[in-house]
Amino acid sequence: MLINHLDRPAIQLSATTNSILKRFIAKTNKCLIAIILSALAPMAAAVDFDITIDNITRGLYFTPIAVVAHAADVNLFASGVSASTELQTMAETGEIEDLARVLTSSGATMDNNPAAGLLAPGATATSTLDTINATANTQLSIVAMVLPSNDGFVGLNAVDIPTEAGTYTFYANAYDAGTEANDELRGGGDLNTPGFPVPEPLNPVLGTGGTGVTTTTEGFVHIHRGNLGDANTAGGISDVDSRVQRWLNPVARITVTVR
Amino acid sequence: MKILLKLSLTAISASLLVACGANSNLATSFTQQAAISYRVTLTNTTAAQPFSPVAIVLHDGSWSTFNLGEPASTELEMLAESGDNSALLAAAENMVGVFGAASGTGDIGPGESESIEVEVTESQIRSLSLSLVAMLVNTNDAIAALNRIDISTLNSNESMRVNALSYDTGTEANTETAATMPGPAAAGGAQEGFNAVRDDVRDSVFVHAGVVTTTDGLTTSALSSIHRWDHPAIQIRVERLN
Repeated sequence: MLINHLDRPAIQLSATTNSILKRFIAKTNKCLIAIILSALAPMAAAVDFDITIDNITRGLYFTPIAVVAHAADVNLFASGVSASTELQTMAETGEIEDLARVLTSSGATMDNNPAAGLLAPGATATSTLDTINATANTQLSIVAMVLPSNDGFVGLNAVDIPTEAGTYTFYANAYDAGTEANDELRGGGDLNTPGFPVPEPLNPVLGTGGTGVTTTTEGFVHIHRGNLGDANTAGGISDVDSRVQRWLNPVARITVTVR
Repeated sequence: MKILLKLSLTAISASLLVACGANSNLATSFTQQAAISYRVTLTNTTAAQPFSPVAIVLHDGSWSTFNLGEPASTELEMLAESGDNSALLAAAENMVGVFGAASGTGDIGPGESESIEVEVTESQIRSLSLSLVAMLVNTNDAIAALNRIDISTLNSNESMRVNALSYDTGTEANTETAATMPGPAAAGGAQEGFNAVRDDVRDSVFVHAGVVTTTDGLTTSALSSIHRWDHPAIQIRVERLN
């Protein structure tokens, strides 16, 4: 099942979100501080807002991005919880159609694939959401698979959508969906197929002939431990280049502009 | 109006007295505005990455040390490859929108902190932003940086804490060799600092992915596992003192 109906009250979610916010707020303003302070009493309000998503990594590509405004009782994923089949599909194949279908049926407001394909290192995607007719959709989540990885994805998880005009910056971490062993090898792009898909921009910069880093599947969503990689382009344990395609979180900067 | 950043506590104490006078509205006829002082405290949170002397810039929203995903300036490249902040500071001081720029007094070792006091005029607070940058010297071109943080909302005696990211300036290949890194981990090697050649796979600033090290299989690296780090490499406390 896609939607994790959290059995904890939304107020705990807000507290978690706030601690993440406080850790990586790069640019703040009076409005954001006000929002943090008022987060314990989230308001239902229609918002028309722009979202820009910057890929701030040196070596990762983002597959089609799902930008979602949703209700407070909906979560795309939660750390420590096994991934839904739809999230698994996104994280292993990069395809967001199943995710979009289920979220749309739950009443979410979405923009699918604003980058029109891969978002390269340093590239920016822009999106606009309008919850004027969906005032219950007070939470913003953004997910996309990251490549090269077996089942890694960038995730912004249910942050309060600001309701006052202004510009707000969030940083998003990469998570591991926990559904596929991180063997770090070229492989299939289908669900439950080992290895990761290799679209054209990555083909010339990946190694070949790796023996595989691990065969262990973790079983639950968690902060990604990153790629291990190696410097051997024709062998070694990994097809990932340790000098280019490792990362440290965060992997995306998300700027929300409320008009 | 350019102001000089006060690096000594004594100088700041003197200026605080001036500020008190201005606040009593006696000094306005001398076109001297009240000086507002801030204390910026940096802590190196890494295990074994000394920071080069930090460059601090106070500015309005129009200036930026770098932009993510875009090539670094030559002045930032110099700082990031050699630890020398003089060119960056000189360039900043001449930029429109910069209220003041200053250097720390020296390297900041792992676990060490440095406090630097700076001041601006009251009218500059409206749009006041803080940037700072230092090199992680046991790397090719890594920097710990705070890029354009809005501190205009701080009131008297308030403070804020910021955890800052580290970045790869993308100007030098991450070979991690003793020939190319200036820090103590490369002792015995050529320890080259600035080199104008840009030979990284990306000539752009990105969030740093960390070092690989010889412990983790990069056989040409002069680094070992202790030189690895994670974000935040630097923690900053900003206090408005008056």
